[in-house]
Amino acid sequence: MRNFISNLVASRFFQFYVTLVLFVILFGLGSVMFEGFFSPQVFLNLFIDNAPLIIVTVGITFTILSGFGGIDLSVGAVVALTCMSLAYLMRDTSLHPVVCMLLVLLIGLAVGTLNGFLITFFRLQPFIVTLGTMFLCRGLTAMISRDSVPIDNAFYGDLAFWSLPIGDCFLSLGALVAITVVIVASIVLKYTAFGRGVYAVGGNEQSARLMGLKADGIRWGAYIISGFCSALGGITYSWIMLSGYTQHGLGMEMDAIASSVIGGTQLLGGVAFIPGTLLGVMIQGTILTIISFQGTLSAWWTKIVVGILLCMFIVLQAMVNEHKNKLMNLKAESTKSKPKAKA
Amino acid sequence: MDMLKKLSHSSLALPLAALALLLLFNALFVDDFFKIEVMENGNLYGRPIDILYRASSLIILALGMTFVIATGGVDISVGAVCAISAASCCVMLGGDISGIPEHPFVLAILCGIGAGVLAGIWNGTLVAKFKIQAMVATLILLTAGRGIAQLLTDGQIITVYYKPFSYIGGNIPGIPLPTALLIALCMVSLVIWLDRKTSLGLMIQSVGINQTASKYAGINVTLVLFCVYIFSGFCAGTAGLIEGSFIRAADANNCGLNMEMDAILAVTLGGTLMIGGKYYIGGTIIGAITIQTLTTTMYAVGVSSDRLPAVKAVVILLIIVIQSEKFKQMYRNYRLKQGSSAAKEAEHA
Repeated sequence: MRNFISNLVASRFFQFYVTLVLFVILFGLGSVMFEGFFSPQVFLNLFIDNAPLIIVTVGITFTILSGFGGIDLSVGAVVALTCMSLAYLMRDTSLHPVVCMLLVLLIGLAVGTLNGFLITFFRLQPFIVTLGTMFLCRGLTAMISRDSVPIDNAFYGDLAFWSLPIGDCFLSLGALVAITVVIVASIVLKYTAFGRGVYAVGGNEQSARLMGLKADGIRWGAYIISGFCSALGGITYSWIMLSGYTQHGLGMEMDAIASSVIGGTQLLGGVAFIPGTLLGVMIQGTILTIISFQGTLSAWWTKIVVGILLCMFIVLQAMVNEHKNKLMNLKAESTKSKPKAKA
Repeated sequence: MDMLKKLSHSSLALPLAALALLLLFNALFVDDFFKIEVMENGNLYGRPIDILYRASSLIILALGMTFVIATGGVDISVGAVCAISAASCCVMLGGDISGIPEHPFVLAILCGIGAGVLAGIWNGTLVAKFKIQAMVATLILLTAGRGIAQLLTDGQIITVYYKPFSYIGGNIPGIPLPTALLIALCMVSLVIWLDRKTSLGLMIQSVGINQTASKYAGINVTLVLFCVYIFSGFCAGTAGLIEGSFIRAADANNCGLNMEMDAILAVTLGGTLMIGGKYYIGGTIIGAITIQTLTTTMYAVGVSSDRLPAVKAVVILLIIVIQSEKFKQMYRNYRLKQGSSAAKEAEHA
């Protein structure tokens, strides 16, 4: 039994299991406490309401995973910039909404490329660089318009309100996009050379370089992916808001980092699991849903509960790492002592 | 000439040059930028005073941040801690419209600063004792901090009508300089004294460069880290009081918003590297003043507050690129190339 627990703790998916159990407990708690909470639609709403955050968190996980203090603080600002650009393009030009969306995705790619270039070529701290691009994107958003710009394109509105019926319930287009992003990202990280490279570079850059991996290129790629995901998240965000405003996505970067950490990502790089990240976002969503069902609690309780969860998970990570080190040492000792015993 | 060469090689060269450039721009394009007037009640008034006055809470935050960054960490919770500190001070004073405080003023101030120190103890425990990465550890308070502040104020914005509370962010009657500036000066002299007269500065640097080696050299690494975060919390608490007093209210959502980013920028502009090790107190102060000067300048030429970040970002990105090793190397290679081609030309002649 003890051995089983020890192995479970040392397993790669331990964090994921903990997150999963926590999610089930939270959802169960809601179902017991409130009538009508336990329904498939409430569960699907988690995807619908949090679609932008899910997409953005997947992107930010790539940058955290790539190591070297990797982080992308610009995501929230890119979401605001894409929403605003979309609203502006559809109001003041006659471009088709699909063309607008493609153009907006280019903005995300451009910001990601700039981030990656400054970080890999000049070897600057990701924290400072992406902080700079965050300010840049917020400022640019305000330069397009300081007021809220509504989106009233008919085709775009249809897209935003389109939904896929599943039995009695439905999923919005944004939620479908988010689920697709999660699946694609999981496959990329698990089965492609690039994905394995991201893990390798984040785990130990020196060894990755010695193995012949192009560490700079891989890291650059991670930032481009994050930029792209932010722009995509921005598009789904605009489907919810149907407007562009400078304050859109404010503080989203911190929500994304928190979800990623709750989902088992280590900020040192090299450890992350995309389905866990998804659960991290859904835990935050569940807390919000519980609070809205309860009705008298205020929204700031979300912040406090998320803070407490974050704290728990971080301490848990530290303990798990220590346990792993202990196991490694034990193994090393046993392999050392065996030949002696034979002799 | 020798002095100039020495200065251009010193770490302060870049922040000073940036500040000088900004001031030059102001001198040329903004009317009466350097004019300081004495107002009727004896207070000094003018743009330079205004810059120093507005920069003072940033300077205080950046001082604490410098030490934290010097140990190789970062404290991203300071903005939220500012909000907690302002909230607890205002709650103690109460929002009574007649201006009578619920608790003595001194107690309220101590409460505000105490909240900051408590936050520092929490961060310090996580980083020093549990060995959690600094950014992650302080992320907890960043997410929860504003929630806690709102819990304290019950989600309301408490406006304080008690007169002396506005003195912290304004002027004490009879003293010509803003109080915030005086507090900042006190903090700066305290830090410089700690840095020069005690071995604390040396210990912080050594912890930042190599924790293991410092441990073997007999430095109590845990204690140094702990103290650094407590000091950062103390600074955040003080800055929170000033920020709260500016608007005479506890606004849990907006008090000290994005201040952590500005503080980190001030420290990096001053030449301290994010990886820890060597730090420059003078550079940090100049960095903070530079950021505030940039803000004031932009307002003076008519850039609105929400467009300001774009300008700020371009300046910051340029400065950190110029500071980077790679850029310096490229510049050196360029100089060498120029030198060799000049030599070749001389040969031809």
